[in-house]
Amino acid sequence: MEQHFFGSIGIMHYLVLSSLLFTIGICGIFLNRKNVITILMSIELILLSVNINFVAFSVKLGDLTGQIFAMFVLTVAAAEAALGLAILVIYFRNRGTIAVEDVNLMKG
Amino acid sequence: MTDLLPTLIFYLFSAITLFSAVMVISSKNPVHSVFFLILAFFNSAGLFVLLGAEFIAMILVIVYVGAVAVLFLFVVMMLDIDFTELRAGFLRYLPMGITVAAIVLFELLFVFYISLAHPAALASARQVIPDAAQISNTQAIGNVLYTWYLYPFQLSGIILLIAMIGAITLTLRARPNVRKQNIAHQLARTKSTGVEIVKVQTGKGIS
Repeated sequence: MEQHFFGSIGIMHYLVLSSLLFTIGICGIFLNRKNVITILMSIELILLSVNINFVAFSVKLGDLTGQIFAMFVLTVAAAEAALGLAILVIYFRNRGTIAVEDVNLMKG
Repeated sequence: MTDLLPTLIFYLFSAITLFSAVMVISSKNPVHSVFFLILAFFNSAGLFVLLGAEFIAMILVIVYVGAVAVLFLFVVMMLDIDFTELRAGFLRYLPMGITVAAIVLFELLFVFYISLAHPAALASARQVIPDAAQISNTQAIGNVLYTWYLYPFQLSGIILLIAMIGAITLTLRARPNVRKQNIAHQLARTKSTGVEIVKVQTGKGIS
């Protein structure tokens, strides 16, 4: 089943790539703790790395299920981005800022 | 030669993807971040094409670049935010962020290495990818999706519907003191209610 990969590129190349992308996304969440927009973009990066993993394993195993689950991940990512940005907009409308560190009104 | 070119293309696409991902999280201007996010998604779509998953690649471009990234752009440009203030503490969190990220990276690579070193851990295929020369990737995905994954497919549609309703209810607001067109009111006007004839006396004007 390995013949689906081109050239000398194996699944480990794709796994390393997706691990690095996931790590960059985690790093982005830690570094931009105040900026919700960048945090949402980091989450999109993390979901993209998950998709790369799904598709790489799908090709490695010769199984289409991975690609189908990548589509479901895409659906959830789109819904999450829409809802997150909607919450962001009403938060900005009420408070005049988007600094997440100020979100402590409920003392949770 | 036939082996070299796809390898080079893989390294090119993945290098640009990683570079733009780093720029997404480190760029000072969030508009630039969104553009680098678009670049990362385009290059990942190229990687998916290289893997033979053309349908996912095109969906990635359509959904992410066409919808999500444009949504991000709209929000970034619509809100009047002082982004330099939000970047305070970037360097303060750098050591902890890099530490956590290094641990996560090490664990991920460890798990992948272990699982690939034992091929028995990889289960056998259930939905076998058919020969690309006979059935296209899109048709194969359609066959499996609408045969075996019909209910998850419908559920994802419901998720999108709920997300749409939620976004609309969250951001919709009834603002007072806004003049809106009332067509029924306009059409109900007659000459007697709409026009008033005033006899103006010379030199007096209308008070």
